[in-house]
Amino acid sequence: MATKKFMYLNRKASYGTAYAIESLEVVLIAAAFDQDVSLAFIDDGVYQIVEGQNTDGIGMKNFSKTFHALGDYDINKLYVSAESLVERGLTADDLMSLVYEDEDDDWAEKPSVKIVSNAELTKIMSDQDVCLSF
Amino acid sequence: MADILGAEVDEEGFLVNLKDWTEEIAVVMAKGDDIDLSEEHWDVINFLRSYFEEYQIAPAVRVLTKAIGKQFGKEKGNSKYLYSLFPYGPGKQGCRFAGLPKPTGCI
Repeated sequence: MATKKFMYLNRKASYGTAYAIESLEVVLIAAAFDQDVSLAFIDDGVYQIVEGQNTDGIGMKNFSKTFHALGDYDINKLYVSAESLVERGLTADDLMSLVYEDEDDDWAEKPSVKIVSNAELTKIMSDQDVCLSF
Repeated sequence: MADILGAEVDEEGFLVNLKDWTEEIAVVMAKGDDIDLSEEHWDVINFLRSYFEEYQIAPAVRVLTKAIGKQFGKEKGNSKYLYSLFPYGPGKQGCRFAGLPKPTGCI
């Protein structure tokens, strides 16, 4: 099977709607089929990877933990819109530390999250075979 | 609705409520598949449960294989070994015994 470049755009916060968790499910399925998968977090989507989420009060699964598994699925390109962070008063320090082990570099742990400008993100998106927006 | 030792299961035999799981349930489920759970089975079942606890998902077989090899030795980090323990698939059958939902992407 030919490999395609899939990008998943995450635009909504985690728990108000089902978009975020559904996106993550599809991402894991695409990874199971050995595709080249990347994620983008734009607008309220940046809230999905904010550190220290606690869902006890709303009785929902805290699936932010699942983002830590993505490295094991060879998903290590997580782009975050710099503008969206600034608009929400967030910085890189507010985000979860998501890492992967680089097979080609003696399994060294490397960061998966990359903060990029919207202009850079546009370029990355135009390089994809498929973009799916959630 | 079917149940195992009073715990509700779905039409494929997976627990409906993760919290209902006990070791006895795993033993009964395995007996139903003609398997006597050995220490090696428990290694995998316990691994699956702690992986789920940490990441809130069941690992894909590829991820499970790699992790088992890392934790229990290279000779165990292959699908032949895992299928010898769980002939219906380490993901599907293993997760069922472990009281977890069916793995994402599992067909």
